[in-house]
Amino acid sequence: MFLSRFYRLGAHTIKSLVKAPTLTPRTSYLPVVHNQYLRVLRHEVFSSTAAKLDSEDGNEEKEKINVTFVDKDGEDIHIKVPLGMSMLEAAHENDIDLEGACEGSLACSTCHVIVMDVDHYKTNYQIQQMRKTIFLCVHYVKIFCRSRLGCQIIAKPELEGLRLAIPAATRNFAVDGFKPKPH
Amino acid sequence: MASFGKFRWISRRITTQSSAPLRICVVGSGPAGFYTAEKILKAHEKVEVDIIDRLPTPFGLVRSGVAPDHPETKIVTNQFSRVAQNERCSFFGNVCLGSSITLPELREMYNAVVLAYGAESDRSLGIPGEELAGIYAAREFVWWYNGHPDCRNLDPDLKSTDTAVIFGQGNVALDVARILLRPTAELARTDIASHALAALEESSIRKVYLVGRRGPVQAACTAKELREVLGIKDLHIHIQPADLVTTPADEIEMKNNRIRRRVYELLSKAVTPVHAPHPGRRELHFVFFRKPDKFLESNDRSGHLGGVQLEKTILKGDDELVKQVAVGTGVYEEISCGLSLKSIGYKSIAIDGLPFDSYKGIVPNIGGRVFADASKDHMQYETGLYVCGWLKRGPTGIVATNLYCAEETLACISDDIGKGVLTSNSPKPGRDGLLQLLDSRNTRVVTFDAWEKIDAEEKRRGNLKNKPREKLTTWEELLKV
Repeated sequence: MFLSRFYRLGAHTIKSLVKAPTLTPRTSYLPVVHNQYLRVLRHEVFSSTAAKLDSEDGNEEKEKINVTFVDKDGEDIHIKVPLGMSMLEAAHENDIDLEGACEGSLACSTCHVIVMDVDHYKTNYQIQQMRKTIFLCVHYVKIFCRSRLGCQIIAKPELEGLRLAIPAATRNFAVDGFKPKPH
Repeated sequence: MASFGKFRWISRRITTQSSAPLRICVVGSGPAGFYTAEKILKAHEKVEVDIIDRLPTPFGLVRSGVAPDHPETKIVTNQFSRVAQNERCSFFGNVCLGSSITLPELREMYNAVVLAYGAESDRSLGIPGEELAGIYAAREFVWWYNGHPDCRNLDPDLKSTDTAVIFGQGNVALDVARILLRPTAELARTDIASHALAALEESSIRKVYLVGRRGPVQAACTAKELREVLGIKDLHIHIQPADLVTTPADEIEMKNNRIRRRVYELLSKAVTPVHAPHPGRRELHFVFFRKPDKFLESNDRSGHLGGVQLEKTILKGDDELVKQVAVGTGVYEEISCGLSLKSIGYKSIAIDGLPFDSYKGIVPNIGGRVFADASKDHMQYETGLYVCGWLKRGPTGIVATNLYCAEETLACISDDIGKGVLTSNSPKPGRDGLLQLLDSRNTRVVTFDAWEKIDAEEKRRGNLKNKPREKLTTWEELLKV
């Protein structure tokens, strides 16, 4: 209703903000302590931004949503993602192994993730729109109907509890029946 | 010998590993080289990786192949730079495998060598007239406008003709067509080499033909790139309606391959309505079902291209209907042109001491492990020799494909490290040995710090002209900085 419209407006604004090149570079070579410090700092910056632009409800609890990444070995990694941050950024903040070669500029498909739960897949039209983009980028990787680009999924309250799987890299080398010829 | 060795390795594994780090050399600093280096460093804490490249500048085709109007694809260099800045990794430019150092020498100095030097040669059409002036490989043309020092003096003549014929309909062909037809005001803001921009500003080329042996359903380009070229301002697209008719075999191909279907749909809707043609109007013609028969010499300029003769083809499917093949019909036609570009595929170059499959143009390998000729029953792998990228798979795929390719090669390397295949009795000289040897041969090595100086200088010059960078394009300039 009214609330959801505000959320959508806020998310839309945040989305256009995040598209500007202000993404955090990959921090995998920095010591963990530094990483945690950054995360705390980020949380502060984002929560104030989110509070300003998002719901006017004054409901401060929803600054972060819970997201679970399932890595290539099947291990669950639970993280909290501030509203307005992309899943790719969130993965990097938490040292999760998700490639982002073009750093979110829609020029590659290396941040390929698979949305695991049906509810989120169905209700969120924003995620569904990203389907188009992944077809443009992906040439050599098998894609599933719930495949998405991690850099385009922006944290919103509706995505609370989102589960994203990171596909294994070496399998599924081919797409659409094309088989690489054995050397 | 293998079983003896294995006992040795097993006993070695029981005692803790010696603290000598493993040293690996990656030849080639393009996406394949850097992704492999990155993955090796991440997976193994005690390995040092050295990346060598024959150019003073790193990043391979990301710098010299990606079109200037596709800057987002080049962002991956940020990630590569972080790899090179890692303390366990070094970049050494201006080191050429074959001339500065031989492969056997490298294999002596390192525990393992990964070859990722790509494909720097081209497939040829093999038809008469191919030596005429005005005919270039698309690779050379791309290197020319991207400021590669080897093609700095290519100097293609864009002023004496209004027509260019491009053979091939893949993404490289589209790139080249787009650069020829795009309004130069748009190109002026990219990192295109300034000598190329100057030539394009004076270019008289207005008609570009993209010629393919088969039909629109078989065109090798992808939807995103096709959409981009069809969207160029004030460009008229010509396609023969008869070429757009599909056969049942085509329908099957499209059903199995979504990308093909998209490309076909884009092409079928692309034709712009024809008003009275006026001179100077830019046109892009998609020509299907034509294969090149011979190049014709110009009547006005001897030794120079004047036109191409094409033979009409029809498609014949194999028994299994996997791929339809073009077959000549004996009907010919001509297109007059002064410039022709062959975009029919790249080819890798063999080097001394390296097994090579010249038919496929790659190094024989399984999953990245190189093997010598498998004429015996037992597969004889070359110890400590691996391949990645185009040298391994052939010249196909996008930048991201190398990510998966590197994973596969890494799996073999990790496996071999685990089995102790790569450990040696005494630590290998690695970086120090390499630098010593190169010094004794008076080779001027370009380190990553030196590249960063080149990078800064290019960006500074670019700033003056409102471009992201102004590339240094001669060997002298690059080595001087």
